[in-house]
Amino acid sequence: MDVSPQTGVITNSPNWVTTRIDALVNWSRANSLWPMPFGTACCAIEFMATAASRYDLARFGMERMAYSPRQSDVLICAGRLPFKLAPVIRKIWDQMLQPKWCISMGACASTGGIFDNYAMVQGIDTIIPVDVYVPGCPPRPEGLLHGILMLQQKIKGESVFDPMLRVEKLATQNGMFLEPASVDELSEPFGNSVAQTRSA
Amino acid sequence: MSTPLSPSVAALRARFGAAVVRAEVSCGDTIVYVAPGSIHEVLAWLKDEPAERYDYLTDLTAVEYRDRERPLELVYQLWSIGRKVALRVKAELPKDGALEVGTVTDLWRGADWMEREVWDMFGIRFAGHPDLRRILMWENYSEGHPLRKDFPLRGRFSRSEQTHRALSDALEKHYSLDELSTDEAARYLPEGMRERLAGGPGA
Repeated sequence: MDVSPQTGVITNSPNWVTTRIDALVNWSRANSLWPMPFGTACCAIEFMATAASRYDLARFGMERMAYSPRQSDVLICAGRLPFKLAPVIRKIWDQMLQPKWCISMGACASTGGIFDNYAMVQGIDTIIPVDVYVPGCPPRPEGLLHGILMLQQKIKGESVFDPMLRVEKLATQNGMFLEPASVDELSEPFGNSVAQTRSA
Repeated sequence: MSTPLSPSVAALRARFGAAVVRAEVSCGDTIVYVAPGSIHEVLAWLKDEPAERYDYLTDLTAVEYRDRERPLELVYQLWSIGRKVALRVKAELPKDGALEVGTVTDLWRGADWMEREVWDMFGIRFAGHPDLRRILMWENYSEGHPLRKDFPLRGRFSRSEQTHRALSDALEKHYSLDELSTDEAARYLPEGMRERLAGGPGA
Protein backbone atom coordinates (compact mmCIF):
# COMPACT_ATOMS: atom_id res chain seq x y z
CA MET A 1 0.00 0.00 0.00
CA ASP A 2 1.57 3.32 -1.10
CA VAL A 3 0.73 6.19 1.21
CA SER A 4 1.64 9.73 0.20
CA PRO A 5 3.74 11.24 3.02
CA GLN A 6 2.27 14.73 2.47
CA THR A 7 -1.42 13.95 2.35
CA GLY A 8 -1.74 10.55 3.97
CA VAL A 9 -3.79 9.46 0.97
CA ILE A 10 -3.36 6.00 -0.51
CA THR A 11 -2.12 6.58 -4.05
CA ASN A 12 -2.14 3.20 -5.72
CA SER A 13 -5.12 1.46 -7.26
CA PRO A 14 -7.89 0.06 -5.05
CA ASN A 15 -7.03 -3.21 -3.32
CA TRP A 16 -8.82 -5.54 -0.95
CA VAL A 17 -8.11 -3.36 2.10
CA THR A 18 -9.27 -0.07 0.61
CA THR A 19 -12.44 -1.46 -0.91
CA ARG A 20 -13.37 -3.13 2.42
CA ILE A 21 -12.84 0.16 4.26
CA ASP A 22 -14.85 1.97 1.58
CA ALA A 23 -17.69 -0.50 1.95
CA LEU A 24 -17.77 -0.03 5.71
CA VAL A 25 -17.51 3.78 5.67
CA ASN A 26 -20.03 4.19 2.84
CA TRP A 27 -22.46 1.81 4.53
CA SER A 28 -22.38 3.89 7.69
CA ARG A 29 -22.53 7.23 5.86
CA ALA A 30 -25.37 6.24 3.55
CA ASN A 31 -27.51 4.89 6.37
CA SER A 32 -27.21 7.78 8.78
CA LEU A 33 -27.77 10.83 6.61
CA TRP A 34 -28.86 13.61 8.90
CA PRO A 35 -30.81 16.15 6.91
CA MET A 36 -30.52 19.91 7.26
CA PRO A 37 -33.97 20.98 6.06
CA PHE A 38 -34.01 24.32 4.26
CA GLY A 39 -37.72 24.63 3.58
CA THR A 40 -38.98 27.82 1.95
CA ALA A 41 -42.19 26.81 0.20
CA CYS A 42 -44.75 24.09 -0.49
CA CYS A 43 -41.99 21.50 -1.03
CA ALA A 44 -41.31 21.81 2.68
CA ILE A 45 -44.87 20.59 3.36
CA GLU A 46 -44.17 17.48 1.28
CA PHE A 47 -40.86 17.13 3.10
CA MET A 48 -42.73 17.16 6.43
CA ALA A 49 -45.09 14.54 5.08
CA THR A 50 -42.05 12.45 4.10
CA ALA A 51 -40.65 12.77 7.61
CA ALA A 52 -43.97 11.90 9.28
CA SER A 53 -45.11 8.41 10.12
CA ARG A 54 -46.88 7.46 6.88
CA TYR A 55 -43.75 7.73 4.71
CA ASP A 56 -41.32 7.53 7.62
CA LEU A 57 -37.97 8.97 6.63
CA ALA A 58 -36.52 7.22 9.69
CA ARG A 59 -36.46 3.97 7.73
CA PHE A 60 -33.43 5.36 5.89
CA GLY A 61 -31.54 6.52 8.95
CA MET A 62 -32.70 10.10 8.55
CA GLU A 63 -34.99 10.47 11.53
CA ARG A 64 -32.81 13.08 13.15
CA MET A 65 -33.47 16.49 11.61
CA ALA A 66 -30.32 18.46 12.30
CA TYR A 67 -31.38 22.06 12.60
CA SER A 68 -27.73 22.96 13.04
CA PRO A 69 -25.68 22.86 9.85
CA ARG A 70 -22.65 21.72 11.84
CA GLN A 71 -24.37 18.46 12.77
CA SER A 72 -25.88 17.56 9.43
CA ASP A 73 -24.86 15.61 6.35
CA VAL A 74 -27.36 16.47 3.64
CA LEU A 75 -28.83 19.87 2.87
CA ILE A 76 -32.34 19.52 1.49
CA CYS A 77 -33.42 22.75 -0.20
CA ALA A 78 -37.20 22.36 -0.35
CA GLY A 79 -38.68 25.32 -2.16
CA ARG A 80 -37.82 28.40 -4.18
CA LEU A 81 -34.78 30.42 -3.26
CA PRO A 82 -34.96 34.20 -3.67
CA PHE A 83 -31.77 36.20 -4.12
CA LYS A 84 -32.38 37.63 -0.65
CA LEU A 85 -31.84 34.14 0.79
CA ALA A 86 -28.91 33.23 -1.48
CA PRO A 87 -26.23 34.37 0.99
CA VAL A 88 -28.06 32.47 3.74
CA ILE A 89 -28.01 29.09 2.01
CA ARG A 90 -24.40 29.68 0.92
CA LYS A 91 -23.45 30.36 4.54
CA ILE A 92 -25.31 27.25 5.76
CA TRP A 93 -23.55 25.15 3.12
CA ASP A 94 -20.16 26.60 4.12
CA GLN A 95 -20.88 25.80 7.77
CA MET A 96 -21.66 22.14 7.07
CA LEU A 97 -18.78 19.76 7.69
CA GLN A 98 -17.47 17.26 5.15
CA PRO A 99 -18.70 14.79 4.10
CA LYS A 100 -21.80 16.66 2.96
CA TRP A 101 -24.31 16.34 0.17
CA CYS A 102 -27.16 18.42 -1.21
CA ILE A 103 -30.60 17.49 -2.51
CA SER A 104 -32.43 20.09 -4.57
CA MET A 105 -36.09 19.28 -4.02
CA GLY A 106 -38.66 20.39 -6.57
CA ALA A 107 -38.77 22.47 -9.73
CA CYS A 108 -38.12 25.83 -8.09
CA ALA A 109 -35.01 24.83 -6.19
CA SER A 110 -33.66 23.00 -9.24
CA THR A 111 -34.42 25.55 -11.99
CA GLY A 112 -36.37 28.49 -10.61
CA GLY A 113 -39.54 26.76 -11.81
CA ILE A 114 -42.38 29.09 -12.75
CA PHE A 115 -40.63 31.96 -10.98
CA ASP A 116 -38.51 33.21 -13.87
CA ASN A 117 -38.43 36.73 -12.46
CA TYR A 118 -36.23 39.40 -10.90
CA ALA A 119 -36.30 38.01 -7.36
CA MET A 120 -35.56 34.31 -7.81
CA VAL A 121 -32.38 32.27 -8.08
CA GLN A 122 -32.67 30.13 -11.24
CA GLY A 123 -31.58 26.86 -9.65
CA ILE A 124 -29.62 26.55 -6.42
CA ASP A 125 -26.79 24.91 -8.39
CA THR A 126 -25.72 28.45 -9.28
CA ILE A 127 -25.05 29.00 -5.55
CA ILE A 128 -23.97 25.61 -4.15
CA PRO A 129 -23.11 22.21 -5.69
CA VAL A 130 -26.07 19.81 -5.92
CA ASP A 131 -25.91 16.00 -5.80
CA VAL A 132 -29.50 14.94 -6.52
CA TYR A 133 -32.30 16.87 -8.21
CA VAL A 134 -35.83 15.74 -7.37
CA PRO A 135 -38.33 16.86 -10.02
CA GLY A 136 -41.94 17.73 -9.24
CA CYS A 137 -44.02 20.69 -8.24
CA PRO A 138 -43.94 19.75 -5.46
CA PRO A 139 -42.54 16.20 -5.57
CA ARG A 140 -44.64 13.61 -3.77
CA PRO A 141 -43.02 11.99 -0.73
CA GLU A 142 -42.27 8.93 -2.89
CA GLY A 143 -40.30 11.24 -5.19
CA LEU A 144 -38.21 12.60 -2.38
CA LEU A 145 -37.64 9.10 -1.02
CA HIS A 146 -36.49 8.05 -4.48
CA GLY A 147 -34.06 10.98 -4.49
CA ILE A 148 -32.74 9.93 -1.10
CA LEU A 149 -32.26 6.36 -2.30
CA MET A 150 -30.39 7.72 -5.33
CA LEU A 151 -28.16 9.72 -3.00
CA GLN A 152 -27.50 6.57 -0.95
CA GLN A 153 -26.53 4.76 -4.16
CA LYS A 154 -24.21 7.61 -5.03
CA ILE A 155 -22.59 7.54 -1.60
CA LYS A 156 -22.08 3.78 -1.84
CA GLY A 157 -20.08 4.36 -5.03
CA GLU A 158 -17.70 6.84 -3.43
CA SER A 159 -14.22 6.10 -2.14
CA VAL A 160 -12.74 7.40 1.09
CA PHE A 161 -9.36 7.36 -0.60
CA ASP A 162 -10.32 9.68 -3.46
CA PRO A 163 -8.51 12.89 -2.50
CA MET A 164 -10.56 15.07 -4.84
CA LEU A 165 -14.00 13.98 -3.71
CA ARG A 166 -14.14 16.02 -0.50
CA VAL A 167 -12.34 19.13 -1.73
CA GLU A 168 -14.45 22.16 -0.85
CA LYS A 169 -15.45 24.24 -3.82
CA LEU A 170 -15.34 27.64 -2.20
CA ALA A 171 -16.89 30.78 -3.56
CA THR A 172 -14.35 33.08 -5.15
CA GLN A 173 -13.61 36.64 -4.13
CA ASN A 174 -16.71 38.02 -5.82
CA GLY A 175 -18.98 35.47 -4.18
CA MET A 176 -19.42 33.26 -7.25
CA PHE A 177 -18.85 29.55 -7.12
CA LEU A 178 -19.28 29.05 -10.87
CA GLU A 179 -18.01 31.09 -13.81
CA PRO A 180 -20.38 34.01 -14.61
CA ALA A 181 -20.97 32.55 -18.09
CA SER A 182 -22.07 29.23 -16.54
CA VAL A 183 -24.50 31.00 -14.23
CA ASP A 184 -26.00 32.86 -17.18
CA GLU A 185 -26.31 29.65 -19.16
CA LEU A 186 -27.89 27.72 -16.28
CA SER A 187 -30.35 30.56 -15.77
CA GLU A 188 -31.46 30.78 -19.41
CA PRO A 189 -35.23 30.71 -19.78
CA PHE A 190 -36.71 27.44 -21.02
CA GLY A 191 -40.15 26.02 -21.65
CA ASN A 192 -42.97 28.55 -21.44
CA SER A 193 -40.81 31.39 -20.22
CA VAL A 194 -38.87 31.47 -23.51
CA ALA A 195 -41.82 33.40 -24.94
CA GLN A 196 -41.38 36.14 -22.34
CA THR A 197 -38.79 38.71 -23.23
CA ARG A 198 -36.51 40.31 -20.66
CA SER A 199 -38.42 43.56 -21.12
CA ALA A 200 -41.91 42.03 -20.88
CA MET B 1 -79.98 49.17 -8.78
CA SER B 2 -76.79 51.15 -8.52
CA THR B 3 -75.29 51.92 -5.12
CA PRO B 4 -75.31 55.64 -4.28
CA LEU B 5 -72.12 57.48 -3.37
CA SER B 6 -71.14 57.30 0.28
CA PRO B 7 -72.42 60.37 2.18
CA SER B 8 -68.81 60.99 3.21
CA VAL B 9 -68.14 62.31 -0.31
CA ALA B 10 -70.56 65.22 0.08
CA ALA B 11 -69.07 65.98 3.49
CA LEU B 12 -65.56 65.90 2.01
CA ARG B 13 -66.59 68.21 -0.84
CA ALA B 14 -68.16 70.66 1.61
CA ARG B 15 -65.03 70.64 3.76
CA PHE B 16 -62.21 70.52 1.18
CA GLY B 17 -63.77 71.79 -2.07
CA ALA B 18 -61.38 71.47 -4.99
CA ALA B 19 -59.03 69.05 -3.19
CA VAL B 20 -61.65 66.37 -3.88
CA VAL B 21 -61.03 65.71 -7.57
CA ARG B 22 -63.86 63.29 -8.30
CA ALA B 23 -65.75 60.37 -6.82
CA GLU B 24 -67.26 57.22 -8.25
CA VAL B 25 -68.87 53.95 -7.23
CA SER B 26 -67.25 50.71 -8.35
CA CYS B 27 -68.74 47.32 -7.44
CA GLY B 28 -70.65 48.97 -4.60
CA ASP B 29 -67.57 50.70 -3.14
CA THR B 30 -67.18 54.45 -3.10
CA ILE B 31 -63.84 55.72 -4.41
CA VAL B 32 -62.80 59.31 -3.73
CA TYR B 33 -59.93 60.83 -5.73
CA VAL B 34 -58.04 63.42 -3.75
CA ALA B 35 -55.27 65.82 -4.80
CA PRO B 36 -51.95 64.28 -3.65
CA GLY B 37 -50.98 67.47 -1.81
CA SER B 38 -53.93 67.30 0.54
CA ILE B 39 -53.99 63.55 1.17
CA HIS B 40 -52.75 63.91 4.74
CA GLU B 41 -55.28 66.52 5.86
CA VAL B 42 -58.13 64.66 4.16
CA LEU B 43 -57.25 61.39 5.87
CA ALA B 44 -56.70 63.11 9.22
CA TRP B 45 -60.10 64.69 8.94
CA LEU B 46 -61.77 61.42 7.90
CA LYS B 47 -60.16 59.73 10.89
CA ASP B 48 -61.03 62.29 13.56
CA GLU B 49 -64.27 63.96 12.40
CA PRO B 50 -66.97 62.59 14.76
CA ALA B 51 -69.45 62.00 11.91
CA GLU B 52 -66.91 60.03 9.79
CA ARG B 53 -64.56 58.17 12.16
CA TYR B 54 -62.75 56.09 9.54
CA ASP B 55 -60.37 55.00 12.26
CA TYR B 56 -58.88 51.86 10.71
CA LEU B 57 -56.48 51.87 7.76
CA THR B 58 -57.15 48.47 6.19
CA ASP B 59 -54.58 48.78 3.44
CA LEU B 60 -52.28 51.21 1.74
CA THR B 61 -50.98 50.29 -1.66
CA ALA B 62 -50.32 51.63 -5.14
CA VAL B 63 -51.35 50.71 -8.67
CA GLU B 64 -49.70 51.29 -12.00
CA TYR B 65 -51.93 50.61 -14.99
CA ARG B 66 -50.58 49.22 -18.20
CA ASP B 67 -52.04 52.19 -20.10
CA ARG B 68 -48.91 54.29 -20.13
CA GLU B 69 -50.72 57.63 -20.06
CA ARG B 70 -52.56 56.82 -16.83
CA PRO B 71 -50.99 58.13 -13.64
CA LEU B 72 -49.82 56.04 -10.71
CA GLU B 73 -52.52 55.63 -8.08
CA LEU B 74 -52.03 55.52 -4.36
CA VAL B 75 -54.85 53.64 -2.63
CA TYR B 76 -55.93 54.07 0.98
CA GLN B 77 -58.60 51.60 2.06
CA LEU B 78 -60.37 52.93 5.15
CA TRP B 79 -62.78 51.25 7.52
CA SER B 80 -64.80 52.68 10.35
CA ILE B 81 -64.83 50.17 13.17
CA GLY B 82 -67.73 51.83 14.98
CA ARG B 83 -69.93 52.59 11.95
CA LYS B 84 -68.93 49.47 9.97
CA VAL B 85 -68.55 51.32 6.66
CA ALA B 86 -65.67 51.41 4.20
CA LEU B 87 -64.26 54.18 2.03
CA ARG B 88 -61.50 54.04 -0.57
CA VAL B 89 -59.40 57.16 -1.03
CA LYS B 90 -57.07 57.44 -4.01
CA ALA B 91 -54.45 59.94 -5.04
CA GLU B 92 -53.22 60.16 -8.63
CA LEU B 93 -49.51 60.85 -9.11
CA PRO B 94 -48.45 61.79 -12.67
CA LYS B 95 -45.42 59.73 -13.68
CA ASP B 96 -43.41 62.74 -14.81
CA GLY B 97 -43.98 64.60 -11.54
CA ALA B 98 -42.33 64.12 -8.18
CA LEU B 99 -43.51 60.77 -6.81
CA GLU B 100 -43.90 62.03 -3.28
CA VAL B 101 -46.77 62.43 -0.82
CA GLY B 102 -46.97 63.11 2.89
CA THR B 103 -46.75 60.14 5.23
CA VAL B 104 -49.74 59.00 7.30
CA THR B 105 -47.65 57.15 9.88
CA ASP B 106 -48.53 59.91 12.37
CA LEU B 107 -52.21 58.97 11.97
CA TRP B 108 -51.80 55.18 11.83
CA ARG B 109 -48.57 53.56 13.07
CA GLY B 110 -49.50 50.54 10.98
CA ALA B 111 -48.90 52.56 7.81
CA ASP B 112 -45.15 52.32 8.45
CA TRP B 113 -44.45 49.00 6.72
CA MET B 114 -47.13 49.53 4.07
CA GLU B 115 -45.51 52.81 3.01
CA ARG B 116 -42.12 51.09 2.99
CA GLU B 117 -43.55 48.41 0.70
CA VAL B 118 -44.97 51.03 -1.68
CA TRP B 119 -41.60 52.80 -1.70
CA ASP B 120 -39.78 49.50 -2.33
CA MET B 121 -42.07 48.26 -5.09
CA PHE B 122 -43.17 51.53 -6.81
CA GLY B 123 -40.61 54.16 -5.80
CA ILE B 124 -43.16 56.55 -4.29
CA ARG B 125 -41.58 58.56 -1.48
CA PHE B 126 -43.44 59.41 1.71
CA ALA B 127 -42.27 62.73 3.12
CA GLY B 128 -41.93 62.61 6.88
CA HIS B 129 -41.80 58.80 7.12
CA PRO B 130 -39.64 57.91 10.15
CA ASP B 131 -37.74 55.06 8.47
CA LEU B 132 -38.24 54.87 4.71
CA ARG B 133 -36.17 51.79 3.78
CA ARG B 134 -36.79 48.90 1.45
CA ILE B 135 -38.77 46.12 3.09
CA LEU B 136 -39.12 43.21 0.65
CA MET B 137 -35.99 43.60 -1.45
CA TRP B 138 -32.69 43.74 0.38
CA GLU B 139 -31.00 46.90 1.59
CA ASN B 140 -28.49 47.41 -1.20
CA TYR B 141 -30.77 46.29 -4.04
CA SER B 142 -29.92 48.58 -6.92
CA GLU B 143 -32.09 47.48 -9.85
CA GLY B 144 -34.98 49.84 -9.14
CA HIS B 145 -38.58 49.34 -8.10
CA PRO B 146 -39.84 45.98 -9.38
CA LEU B 147 -43.59 46.55 -9.66
CA ARG B 148 -43.22 49.50 -12.04
CA LYS B 149 -44.31 48.66 -15.58
CA ASP B 150 -40.99 49.80 -17.07
CA PHE B 151 -39.14 47.29 -14.88
CA PRO B 152 -38.06 44.22 -16.90
CA LEU B 153 -39.57 40.96 -15.64
CA ARG B 154 -36.18 39.34 -15.01
CA GLY B 155 -34.55 42.44 -13.58
CA ARG B 156 -32.11 44.86 -15.14
CA PHE B 157 -28.90 42.88 -14.63
CA SER B 158 -27.85 39.54 -16.07
CA ARG B 159 -28.34 36.47 -13.89
CA SER B 160 -24.62 36.21 -13.15
CA GLU B 161 -24.50 39.86 -12.11
CA GLN B 162 -27.53 39.34 -9.87
CA THR B 163 -25.94 36.24 -8.31
CA HIS B 164 -22.65 38.07 -7.88
CA ARG B 165 -24.35 41.02 -6.17
CA ALA B 166 -26.46 38.75 -3.97
CA LEU B 167 -23.42 36.82 -2.73
CA SER B 168 -20.50 39.20 -2.83
CA ASP B 169 -21.45 41.85 -0.31
CA ALA B 170 -21.17 41.37 3.39
CA LEU B 171 -24.38 40.26 5.06
CA GLU B 172 -24.57 43.39 7.14
CA LYS B 173 -24.88 45.38 3.92
CA HIS B 174 -27.59 43.03 2.71
CA TYR B 175 -29.75 43.22 5.82
CA SER B 176 -29.73 46.37 7.89
CA LEU B 177 -29.11 45.89 11.58
CA ASP B 178 -32.46 47.58 12.27
CA GLU B 179 -34.06 44.69 10.46
CA LEU B 180 -32.40 42.16 12.72
CA SER B 181 -32.86 44.06 15.99
CA THR B 182 -35.92 43.82 18.20
CA ASP B 183 -34.81 46.29 20.88
CA GLU B 184 -36.90 49.09 19.45
CA ALA B 185 -40.11 47.09 19.71
CA ALA B 186 -39.68 46.51 23.45
CA ARG B 187 -41.32 49.75 24.52
CA TYR B 188 -44.51 48.88 22.63
CA LEU B 189 -45.03 45.59 24.47
CA PRO B 190 -47.80 45.33 27.09
CA GLU B 191 -46.61 46.18 30.59
CA GLY B 192 -46.83 42.65 32.00
CA MET B 193 -45.01 41.07 29.09
CA ARG B 194 -42.19 43.60 29.26
CA GLU B 195 -41.62 42.84 32.92
CA ARG B 196 -41.72 39.12 32.30
CA LEU B 197 -39.12 39.40 29.50
CA ALA B 198 -36.91 41.73 31.54
CA GLY B 199 -36.81 39.15 34.31
CA GLY B 200 -35.15 36.66 32.00
CA PRO B 201 -35.96 32.95 31.75
CA GLY B 202 -37.97 31.52 34.63
CA ALA B 203 -39.16 34.92 35.85
